[in-house]
Parts: sequence; structure tokens; C-alpha cells
Amino acid sequence: MDGPKIMFTIPLFGGIAVTETVTNSWLLIVVVFILCKFLTSNLQKIPKGKQVLAEKYVTMITGLVKETMGEKKLHYAPYIGTLMIFSALGSLMSLTGLRPVTGDLNTTVAWAVVTFVLIQMTKIKANGFLGYLKSFADPFPVMLPINIVSELATPVSLSFRHFGNIAAGTVITSLLYTALAALTNIVFRGFMPVPIFQLGIPAVLSIYFDLFTGFMQAFIFSMLTMAFISNAAE
Amino acid sequence: MERAIILAASAVGAGLAMIAGLGPGIGEGFTAGKACEAIGRQPEAQSVVTRTMIVGCAIAESTGIYSLVIALILIFMNPLLGML
Repeated sequence: MDGPKIMFTIPLFGGIAVTETVTNSWLLIVVVFILCKFLTSNLQKIPKGKQVLAEKYVTMITGLVKETMGEKKLHYAPYIGTLMIFSALGSLMSLTGLRPVTGDLNTTVAWAVVTFVLIQMTKIKANGFLGYLKSFADPFPVMLPINIVSELATPVSLSFRHFGNIAAGTVITSLLYTALAALTNIVFRGFMPVPIFQLGIPAVLSIYFDLFTGFMQAFIFSMLTMAFISNAAE
Repeated sequence: MERAIILAASAVGAGLAMIAGLGPGIGEGFTAGKACEAIGRQPEAQSVVTRTMIVGCAIAESTGIYSLVIALILIFMNPLLGML
């Protein structure tokens, strides 16, 4: 199983490689934009049809933000909603055969770095800059390296959890396809030009690896982001 | 010759790394048991307990996933070969 294919190279600064992940992200942006335009067209006071879906999602996100972060931080709801949609749809892309966007460590590290910056900004805003620097030496000054490591471990663990789950799913799926092709060869002894055993068994496993894991990891990433930011504020 | 040693050691290392799959298995089984006890004690809290259990399991799974990433890197994208 290889890394993402390089689609083309921008000839600046010694060649920036534009990989499959970046082009799939562009496709994801276009799909989410079209989805938003479609769901919010023709809004009415009493929702019916597709507006029910949009309102259900917004209600779920604002409910989660209110429950985890409190009433005063409701302005984080658009960011959390966008993060959850991009993460869920980015992982579900493997159902269409494209390489999932979150199966590349770069994507999840980018989101985790944004969360890290938000956490540090919230801490500085709550305690002031000097209080922020002093909080690394709580409760004893000996704890300074331990506190720094535990701060840096937050984005590392966030990004690796998300990437590891999705990438392991893609590796296991590709291994399963290879195994089923070899099984076809053994059973039919070369009479079957098409690997017919690949025809339905991977779909059953993809219910766990693609659907369940994709939604679960998106939800966990967003919930942990909210929990860390609200922890940093007190 | 050195390449063979590095490849063999990476394969053994990848296998040893997956011993860490023991931890999440035990921990999440324990969690599921506690969730079943809680549901048995108060059946109308079933959906909240189930949701909390799933979230807790996904977080406890993290260290198992870290070891899987190390094993996959050692097998498929070995960085030690370039340092020969």
C-alpha cells in the first residue's frame, strides 16, 4: 500500500508536489459547498423536507457546544460544525473508491495544530501572558518539562488517533482485496479472468471500517477539541 | 547483508509492537461490562450510557492505534533502510 500519488508539481521553491490528498480536498470543498447551497435554498418558517435535515444537524451541533463548552462559547459552533462535516465526509470518501482525505497524516495534523493554537490562545486570554507562562510551573517548578510535554502531546495524540484509525482501515481493505483475488485464483485455478470473490464481502467489512469508524472519529475529534478548549478556559 | 538484518529486525519489531493490542482489548471489555451493569441497574438510561461507553472506548483505543501506526510504518515505509 503506497502513499498518495503525486498529481502534479508546482514549479516554485524547488517543486511543491500536489498530491492526491490535496485534489481530493478540493473535491470535498466543492461537494460541501454544493450541499450547503442545496440544503439552505428555499428556507421556510415551518421546515419540511431537506430543511429538516439541515436544522437537525445545526441543533445537534449547538446542543453539543452548549453542553460541553457552556452558553458563553456558542461562537465556536460554526467551527466545530465545519470540522465535523469535513472530517466525516473526508473519511467517507473511501466508499467511492477515492483515497480518503483523512488517511493522510498532513490533514489531521493541520486540524490538530489549529486546535492547539486555539487552546493556547484561550489560556492566554484567561490568565494573561505572564499567568500563562507561570502556569507551566504549577504546582512545583520541577514539573516544567512534564507540563510542556503534556501540552505538546495533545495535538500529537489528536492527529494520530484520527489518522491511525482511517489509515488502518484503508490498509486492511486493500489487503482484503488482494487476499480475495488470490482466493479466486486458487479456487478457480485460472479459469476466471475476473476476481469474482471480490464482489460483496468487502462491503460487509466496510460497514465497520468506513461508516462506523469515519463517523466515530469525526465525532471524537470534535468532542475532544471542545473539551480541551473549555478546559483551557477555566 | 546489512539490509537483510535491518529488514529482519523491522519485521520482528513490527510483530512485537502489536503486543500493545492487549491493552485496549482488556480495557474496553471492562468498560463494556461496567456499561452492562449500569444499564441493568437503570434501563431507561440506556442510550446515554451506550453513547458514553462508545466515546470512552474510542479514546482508550488511542494507544493501540499508535502501536498499529508504528507497525505499519515499519512494514510498508521503513525509514531505517535509507539510513544505511
